[in-house]
Amino acid sequence: MSHDFDKLLDARGLNCPMPLVNARKEVGKLELGQVLKVVATDRGSIADFQGWAKVAKNMELVGQDTESEDGATVYVHYVKRTA
Amino acid sequence: MSASAEARLVADPSRIQALEGRLLDLEKRLAHIEGQVAEDRVAVVVFSGDLDRVLAAFIIATGAAAMGQQVSMFFTFWGLSVLKKDKQLSGKTLFQKMMTVMSPGSSKDLPVSKMNYFGVGAQMLRSMMKEKNVNSLEEMISLARELGVRMIACEMSRDLTGIKEPELVAGLECGGVASFLADSLKSRTSLFI
Repeated sequence: MSHDFDKLLDARGLNCPMPLVNARKEVGKLELGQVLKVVATDRGSIADFQGWAKVAKNMELVGQDTESEDGATVYVHYVKRTA
Repeated sequence: MSASAEARLVADPSRIQALEGRLLDLEKRLAHIEGQVAEDRVAVVVFSGDLDRVLAAFIIATGAAAMGQQVSMFFTFWGLSVLKKDKQLSGKTLFQKMMTVMSPGSSKDLPVSKMNYFGVGAQMLRSMMKEKNVNSLEEMISLARELGVRMIACEMSRDLTGIKEPELVAGLECGGVASFLADSLKSRTSLFI
């Protein structure tokens, strides 16, 4: 299920905790209500982004997807800035 | 408040006083409880000077900082090696000099906790990390700084082992057990690594 987004972050090839760290930085640059799409190859990022959403006060995880891209699996996260 | 309850209060002022007293008491207890509620903080003691353990400490620290936690890392004993940039022998006792010679001079010289084989194991791990595109320890350290992770060097163990101020990297705070506890008591999570 794809989602509208305002900004794209390519976190492919990065390992824990970098997808999270970079996403956090990018979310800080969003306007309120805007959505960041994060594309990662780190399988752990699914649970990591869910964990982040549980404690974060400034963001909401509005969607997650597992897609196939050139034969490789990518994990897509949609993060909305809420505060 | 219903009309009859209001009428009863007006008829009996001592009830209002009693209610006020209970309210004040509740406010006091609430303030006390609020002072004990954990903040969005994580406190980490880095006691180990092993590359693998220290790496875990920094991954947790940077991850927590990215999740919006205020992170403090307290480096004590072998963990102080992570913060070294240099080795210096002058002005140290014999034992301190021996410790200096036998300890890593910087984060780049840290051994691994298992299968180190005089540093071969550590180099192997580093090259495996590079291959897998895992951030190096040095990258993690600068990332932690960038994310506002506080780094505190334990004054007592620094003094005991004779590590001099110029041997350590810049931008550190110094502190003791109380500065750690002041943070950890307010933290949701405290780790000893």
